[in-house]
Amino acid sequence: MPDQLFGAMRQSIIDGAPDTATELAQQALANGVDPLDAVNQGFAAGITFAGEQFGCGEMFLPDLLASAEAMKAAISVLEPAMLKQGSHRETLGKVVMGTAKGDIHDIGKNLVATILSASGFQIFDLGTSVAPEQFIAKVKEVDADIVGISALLTTTMAGQKAVIEALDRNGLRPRVKAIIGGAAVTSKWAAEIGADGYSRNAIDALELAKNLMSKVTSKGTALA
Amino acid sequence: MRPKLQLLSPELISRILGEAFQLLMNPGVRVGSAVVELLQAAGVDVRVEGDDRVARLPEALVRKCLASVPRDFYLYNRQGGRAVHYGGDDVHFDPGSCCVQMLDPDTMEARSSETRDLVRLVQVTEMLPQFAAQSTAVVCTDAPSAIGDLYRLLVVLEHSDKPVVTGSFSAAGLEGMIDLLAADCGGREKLREQPRAVFDVCPSPPLNWSEFGSHNLLDLARAGVPAELVSMPLAGGTAPVTLAGSVTQHAAESLAGITLHQLAGAGSPIVWGGAPAIFDMRSGGAPMGAVETVMLNMACCEVGKHLGLPTHGYLVATDSKFVDAQAGAESARSAMLGALTGINMISGAGMIESLACHSVEKLVMDAESIASAQRLVRGIEVRGETLATGMFAQTGLSGNFLKLKETRALFRQEQYLPSSVIDRSARGSEPPIDAFTRARTRVDELVSNWQKPSLSEDVLRKFRAIVDRVADRAGVAAELPGK
Repeated sequence: MPDQLFGAMRQSIIDGAPDTATELAQQALANGVDPLDAVNQGFAAGITFAGEQFGCGEMFLPDLLASAEAMKAAISVLEPAMLKQGSHRETLGKVVMGTAKGDIHDIGKNLVATILSASGFQIFDLGTSVAPEQFIAKVKEVDADIVGISALLTTTMAGQKAVIEALDRNGLRPRVKAIIGGAAVTSKWAAEIGADGYSRNAIDALELAKNLMSKVTSKGTALA
Repeated sequence: MRPKLQLLSPELISRILGEAFQLLMNPGVRVGSAVVELLQAAGVDVRVEGDDRVARLPEALVRKCLASVPRDFYLYNRQGGRAVHYGGDDVHFDPGSCCVQMLDPDTMEARSSETRDLVRLVQVTEMLPQFAAQSTAVVCTDAPSAIGDLYRLLVVLEHSDKPVVTGSFSAAGLEGMIDLLAADCGGREKLREQPRAVFDVCPSPPLNWSEFGSHNLLDLARAGVPAELVSMPLAGGTAPVTLAGSVTQHAAESLAGITLHQLAGAGSPIVWGGAPAIFDMRSGGAPMGAVETVMLNMACCEVGKHLGLPTHGYLVATDSKFVDAQAGAESARSAMLGALTGINMISGAGMIESLACHSVEKLVMDAESIASAQRLVRGIEVRGETLATGMFAQTGLSGNFLKLKETRALFRQEQYLPSSVIDRSARGSEPPIDAFTRARTRVDELVSNWQKPSLSEDVLRKFRAIVDRVADRAGVAAELPGK
């Protein structure tokens, strides 16, 4: 029975069906399935598959976004139960995100936030046109592992550099990793401003964030 | 008969405008604080919540503003000649603009663009008749970024007599740029009468005229310097996924821009332009070579033409990272389709990597596609009393047309004669040369034949003073790279 249920859970995420995912999560709780198992053996398998399918060009951004939304729906049902029984989903890391000062374009940042969140990262989204000091304050407040700075415009890319410089000034690096993205951003620019990483799309960003977390040695993998 | 393509039926254009007017009331348009008073004075309801200002623009007001837009206008070259006609179905091309990278033809890698790249692009554009206007093509990363917009225009003015399609990065930059143009032509009044440049002004999708965009529209309207709206819905990303839906959003953003602009300066010239594209569902980018992107540009311009306005689009660019077969295919077909739509100014030539990178080699190759497109829209013309019988009366069945005086008199009008970039020769004893290599040679030839425009000492002194002033205000040293 659980195997069949886990299979349906996985499929609900692949289908991007939040209503089905919610029902299956409720069904699991009603049947006494461990909520942590439901996530790890059921729903999370779906998001992994969706990511792979996106990577090889079989699934597209709207599909991926729908999968992430379905994941969110399932987690919101299971989370209170996990908390109640004292277990918790392993958090891959804490990520503070925002677009560079002066840049109001957030479609890319939102995609990355959604995918990272669905995959188990804890996201603190500061929104658009975020000043370096706001990034710093949030990083300190939540003890973040990664900072993601997005910039679409060639004119606002300098804002990414400003955040990285502020992280350095505050002595937060190398412990806190800085990653950047945006249409005009290149790996060369990332190297030039001393970013710890850059990715071209949300799925690559997930890989990047996972890789960086494996390098976060001072704290080990953070648990929520 | 001039060939023309039409994607939208009159009924669909009416529906697009109908829904665009609805959007302007609900959900309304975000506007910058700079225009709130202006709008309120015109009786517009502006809801202010913190930093968020949403204006609801009634159709009657928008239509009144539309009525005061000039149906056409000209851009002038340095000598005072009419070089670009914004209006009707006249078609002009200019290079794409504002990227920060340049394709290095030796390494085939993209590197940061510098002053020398902009100079080379301007020189080549100056030499090619296919380009009616220059653009401030690349950001010069070797110049202080605080005066980056002003500096780009300075470089273009120093190296070209042609009109310029440009744009500013800040309010202070815009003022300095207008001053540069005024210094060049003999004052602000003269600039208003005979504008040398048009300024791109962009809303942010969806339906947002940001602080900077709003301010820009106001300043341009008051200075009487032509503005070019560059609305860029990304179908499926920042706009409805349907092409018709994105054209509707483009119309709403453009109508809002015209309203702000004409309220600030009724009768000031403004262009119904844009850089609409689809949203790529794999990369999340804006594929400029996609046929749907071309269709969006065509349809948006058809709406502008229906309103009787001058038009602009963003085509002749590619998503390829090289100047290769993909680049050629994507750029050539969009040049053709844009010309067949009768878009007044088509920006984008020379650009690769979805507008992220420029290539001067591609620019000379695109010039060939553009020339073909320009030939196409001239259509098939009738020359002389008869079509063929008159010439057959002379040749009989000999087939000897090459020696007819008509042949010699008319072949230059009938045929576009391509440059050495296009290879039509028979295979000879030497190994054939590929198009990119031929383009490199052509670039070198054009640059070596280019002549620097003569600017008076007085104008150069004024340029210097403007740059110093703007740099001083921005708190940077006006030490400029050598050109």
